[in-house]
Amino acid sequence: MTESFSSEDRALGEVSFTVNGELKTVHVYPMERLLDTLRHQLGLTGAKEGCGEGECGSCAVLLNGALVNSCLVPVLQAQDADVVTIEGLAAGPQLDRLQEAFLRCGGAQCGICTPGMILAAHHLLHRKPDPTMEEIREGLSGNLCRCTGYIQIFEAVAEAARRRTTS
Amino acid sequence: MRSNPTNYQLVAPDSLQAVLSLLAAEPDGWLPIAGGTDVMVQYAAGKLPAQRLVSIWNLPELRHIEVLADEIRIGAGCTYTDLREHDLVQREFSLLARAAAWTGGIANQNRGTLGGNIVNASPAADSLPALLAYEAELILVSVRGERRVSYKDFHTGYKKTKLASDELIRTVCLARRFSGYLAYARKVGARNAQAVSKVCIAALGRRPGGVVEDVRIALGSVAPVPLRLAETERVATGKPIDPLLLVLARETAIAEIQPIDDIRSTANYRAEVVGNLVAEFLEKLGADEYHT
Repeated sequence: MTESFSSEDRALGEVSFTVNGELKTVHVYPMERLLDTLRHQLGLTGAKEGCGEGECGSCAVLLNGALVNSCLVPVLQAQDADVVTIEGLAAGPQLDRLQEAFLRCGGAQCGICTPGMILAAHHLLHRKPDPTMEEIREGLSGNLCRCTGYIQIFEAVAEAARRRTTS
Repeated sequence: MRSNPTNYQLVAPDSLQAVLSLLAAEPDGWLPIAGGTDVMVQYAAGKLPAQRLVSIWNLPELRHIEVLADEIRIGAGCTYTDLREHDLVQREFSLLARAAAWTGGIANQNRGTLGGNIVNASPAADSLPALLAYEAELILVSVRGERRVSYKDFHTGYKKTKLASDELIRTVCLARRFSGYLAYARKVGARNAQAVSKVCIAALGRRPGGVVEDVRIALGSVAPVPLRLAETERVATGKPIDPLLLVLARETAIAEIQPIDDIRSTANYRAEVVGNLVAEFLEKLGADEYHT
């Protein structure tokens, strides 16, 4: 895929991918976690490390449009991919509808899970613009929150969906 | 302790052939990694023995579903999302579609692959009982060529398989002959999403004329490998579904499994649940509203 990584080489190499619409090239070890590259090399600290083993969803990002846990993605597998993080959702000062709904409904408290929750909700609404409450619960079932008790989060997603379908 | 990426090598050839050549050149030298939902968890925990990995994620040769007149051929690199969203899988192989839908959460379903689930060989894997019930066959591939093997003999022990060190699973083949069957699947766990199951079941049955003509009952998390209940199936076949059969099937099933106590459950609880699940399946198969 990249010539920088031959089968004899375990050294640093180059990986290029698009992040929030901008093409980036990073010098990395290929097994570095995408989460670490985003946070430490690219300064995108919206994705959080919770469990580090794919259980909590706080590191979720979109990889070629698919919700993934970035703690489980070796950065080499992001070569040529389109990555969207929470930083890429708002258009400048204009918040995304989901972000506004989370604010209005009290969907965020400590904030650690919020970027992953919003990206999971974004992924859900992209595929199911008018989800049932059951579908909302399933769509967010891989994202853990220890503050809210979830109800405000589910309501925020339902409200964002209503605004999307009525606007 | 967390693994240090500087100690690991990862390469990503752009074709299946290139991956196979690498595996052939140094058998046992490379660990294939697809969506990373198992390998990266071991890596994060500092428990990944392999230090040289070869990515097979998104190889086009492994990621498509081919529908033939008599069988469906699922590329081993298809994700759970690919499976649960595929029309024909939903319609004719609902046990597999449902297992895919309760494996992990959405993010892990977007990355975890059917081939990875098979090769990881966990006895608790959610999709494997469905493969047993449908009597799946696997096409294994290496530079030496392809071979087609029955899935039922593939797991030889806890976390052990018949895959040679230079081979990959290429395709999972399911015969299209179960449309007249009642399909029954349940996962019993702390919750559906994310939690590993305490017990999961995938079962198929036909009862065209009052008596059981054919049943297939497969279970996860009750033995060192995903288990088909051959003896329970045998005692049920040819019998009407009445209270006597339910008692007999329950007892036979409990005698066939080898459950253990672990962090998720106990052997006693698992045995009780297996009895209940087998009885519930047969009750549904015997219900008046079910006709084939």
